[in-house]
Amino acid sequence: MSILVAPDPRLRSDQSWPGSRLSFEEPLHLDCGIAFAPFTIAYQTYGKLNADRTNAILICHALTGDQYAADPHPITGKPGWWETMIGPDQVLDTERYFLICANVLGGCMGTTGPQDVNPTTGESWGLSFPVITIRDMVQAQQRLLDRLGIDSLFCVIGGSMGAMQVLEWAASYPERVFAAVPLAGAARHSAQNIAFHEVGRQAIMADPDWCGGRYSGFGRKPVRGLAVARMAAHITYLSEAALHRKFGRNLQDRRKVTYGFDADFQVESYLRHQGSTFVDRFDANSYLYITRAMDYFDLAAEHGGSLSHVFKGSRSRFCIISFTSDWLFPTSESREIVHALNAAAANVSFVEIATDNGHDAFLLHEPELFETLNGFLNGCAEHRGLSRHR
Amino acid sequence: MAASGDSAALDFSAAAQAAVPSGAGSDLRQDLRLIAEMIDPGSRVLDIGCGDGALLAYLARHKSVDGRGIELSQSGVNACVGHGLPVIQGDADRDLEAYPAAAFDVVVLSQTLQATRRPRQVVEELVRIGRRAIVSFPNFGFWRIRLRLLLTGRMPVSHCLAYPWYETPNIHLCTIRDFVALCDEIGVRIDRSVTLDRHGQPYSLDPRGGLANLLAEQGIFVLGGSFAP
Repeated sequence: MSILVAPDPRLRSDQSWPGSRLSFEEPLHLDCGIAFAPFTIAYQTYGKLNADRTNAILICHALTGDQYAADPHPITGKPGWWETMIGPDQVLDTERYFLICANVLGGCMGTTGPQDVNPTTGESWGLSFPVITIRDMVQAQQRLLDRLGIDSLFCVIGGSMGAMQVLEWAASYPERVFAAVPLAGAARHSAQNIAFHEVGRQAIMADPDWCGGRYSGFGRKPVRGLAVARMAAHITYLSEAALHRKFGRNLQDRRKVTYGFDADFQVESYLRHQGSTFVDRFDANSYLYITRAMDYFDLAAEHGGSLSHVFKGSRSRFCIISFTSDWLFPTSESREIVHALNAAAANVSFVEIATDNGHDAFLLHEPELFETLNGFLNGCAEHRGLSRHR
Repeated sequence: MAASGDSAALDFSAAAQAAVPSGAGSDLRQDLRLIAEMIDPGSRVLDIGCGDGALLAYLARHKSVDGRGIELSQSGVNACVGHGLPVIQGDADRDLEAYPAAAFDVVVLSQTLQATRRPRQVVEELVRIGRRAIVSFPNFGFWRIRLRLLLTGRMPVSHCLAYPWYETPNIHLCTIRDFVALCDEIGVRIDRSVTLDRHGQPYSLDPRGGLANLLAEQGIFVLGGSFAP
């Protein structure tokens, strides 16, 4: 089976990835009730913090993203996941803004997660790692900003799970958020999305190499389960139209079907490739924990049941963006956030962008997305009195 | 535009320049200019059907207004947000409910009422969420429209109502009299009204009189909010 991949020896808990990291001794008070310490946050920065410390933008990555938003990935060597968005004269202009992107709590690229060693046992956390939430991730990021001496963020921006963090920031620390940009997001994870995550988790846990979560102690890795989880999830990031446009029913390197279960179709071959390359760079237990954090996300429930109460009195400027073909985080979810913000009399812009690229559109070069973000950020920067450096 | 040769005779000139670049101010559409004059500096304003944001940009620049917009077309919303104006993609029928009562000092609905699905409910929402509402619309009782219908027997097409009947978004056209009657019926107070001639110049005609309904090409009404603190 072509999705079988040997464990990558580079994905080890003692690996130190390029970039910055800070360690914290003061415990995080997690939603599950545990005081968690010590922990480490790995992060990347781009651009320069201005003298007033008013130009910082926090970039929140999605489920399988990481802090390498605009650097080559240290394992795959591929360009950063938001390379098109970041740089001099780009939407996230490194001549104007100071960008911070941190690996989330529970992640596997340097921030403390289940693959790390539990200092009290000397063994990898595995499933004894506490279950974390989006709010816990944001609490950890807030610690990082405290340490970096940044009281107020010019902007918090992110797509998908990144959007959840953006909304959590705006809800939990409104006075620290001048502008909030949740892309392709939702104020809570839908039943359908929880269902898809459960399929992925079950695939991982059904892999004999998962070993009840203690695979690292046995020198094994549930690559088959993780690859299947990725394949299933990847379908949800695309759209029927995009799949049809890219692959149709085209056959992979053959003229006719083989009457077997090899990857006859291009779309199969593509998914297998997505699965097999994913396991090189991602930890299976991290995948369990982070998907769980998304499932638990329900901003209104966290704040007494009403989404408009969440944003009451907020002075942040919001720019909500959704994509027409995104069926994972459909426009209706974004519109709900918009209505709640309207009810709270908040300053909100909302655009639904027409594209057939599905949920993944926020990662791609969508001209209207870039134009909208440019205009919104420029308007905000003017209000904040931010100029370009040169 | 499916207008025949003599459509110039039905020129709704004041409302004709639909694609005014935002922020310019000097070339603000005449009806929008009159609406802008009715708005106090520093007000909180919601512009429903704000197009490319010309009025909002003007109010922000010249009156330090804290403005918000709702616009249906993606191109309009993108133009607004691209110019730093807080505008959401939505429409008057669906997106007004979420706002609390008296959320805005002024709610503006210019040249949009006739394109809503439920104009009566929309007017009720306007006066609920605004302390005042300013509504402008083309007057279907304008004598040129009446004459056109009488002489040709065809639905009038003009610069202002620039679509043939089978694809017009203007599904609820009304006359000035109709609008006044609606306000009376639902108990909405008309604080002020301005009727405009073909060139967008204001008439000083009583909107309840037959003459205004015949001579005015469009009407602008200031409605009192229903919210009593």
